[in-house]
Amino acid sequence: MASTQVTPTRMELTRLKKKLVTARKGHKLLKDKRDELMRQFLELVRSNMDLRRGVEEGIKRANRNFVMAKASMDEATLNTALMSPKQEIQLEVEEKNVMSVNIPVFNTKTRTQDENDIYSYGFAFTSSDLDGAVKSLSQVLKDMLKLAEVEKACQLMASEIEKTRRRVNALEHVIIPQTQESIKYITMKLDENERSSQVRLMKVKDMMLEDAHKYSERA
Amino acid sequence: MYKIAVIGDYDSIYGFATLGIDTFPIHDENEAKTKLKELTGGLYKIIYITESLASKLTEEIEKYEEQITPAIILIPGISDNTGEGINRVKQSVEKAVGSDILFGNQ
Repeated sequence: MASTQVTPTRMELTRLKKKLVTARKGHKLLKDKRDELMRQFLELVRSNMDLRRGVEEGIKRANRNFVMAKASMDEATLNTALMSPKQEIQLEVEEKNVMSVNIPVFNTKTRTQDENDIYSYGFAFTSSDLDGAVKSLSQVLKDMLKLAEVEKACQLMASEIEKTRRRVNALEHVIIPQTQESIKYITMKLDENERSSQVRLMKVKDMMLEDAHKYSERA
Repeated sequence: MYKIAVIGDYDSIYGFATLGIDTFPIHDENEAKTKLKELTGGLYKIIYITESLASKLTEEIEKYEEQITPAIILIPGISDNTGEGINRVKQSVEKAVGSDILFGNQ
């Protein structure tokens, strides 16, 4: 046990007592942090799951549409049609601090406001299936961006929660009990020293009185 | 000003180009590794990757999990979908809570 390695002095005792107070305070704060992080995480992860299901469904649908479109056109025409996109997305990244976790916030700007600019081709040589496919994909875009933000936040928060939980557990199950143990050990050792010097003094007093008054000879 | 990228096999991703997202068709694993490294080091802060390709790049992707950016997000492709995207969400619940209490039976 660690307590056997502590030097039983008053200075050490004061130090340990201070350490215990700090550890308790830290434990309480970290526990609060963990609980709040957990609450926010659970909210976030639910929306993450919903978004992901929606996005995956949307993309799968769009992919089916693209396959249909590809089937009704020859590949060269398709490639030409999609070769030079009109639209361009610009991304801005900000950081938001949630319970000391930095999470990204994505803002997007498209080059043109017109939502019909996703069709990067004239309609003469392409099939209408392609229009539908592109349209269906553009509908999931907004959710895809939201998903990126939420999923990243979830990952970051999950690892922060893991770290915090470890710290809380280390304080609760290791640091605090060990310090208490050491404090107990020192207190007992000091008390023991106190008693032994008390006894020694009483003994010395007895001997001195014996020397002065010679009680044993009188009896 | 940053941009968004999609990587995966050509058939799964060519449609994204019309939306203004940069597409990077990938043919083999090694190409994917170099491409991912190149993209994450540069302008791209959101990278969508198809599940089939992501299953070969698990290590590389996990490396970025604890960084703020880039966000690497799995999306289903035309074929070989592994369901890893959903799995990853479950994994993060497991990491945070200790066990998957939310989506365990779904």
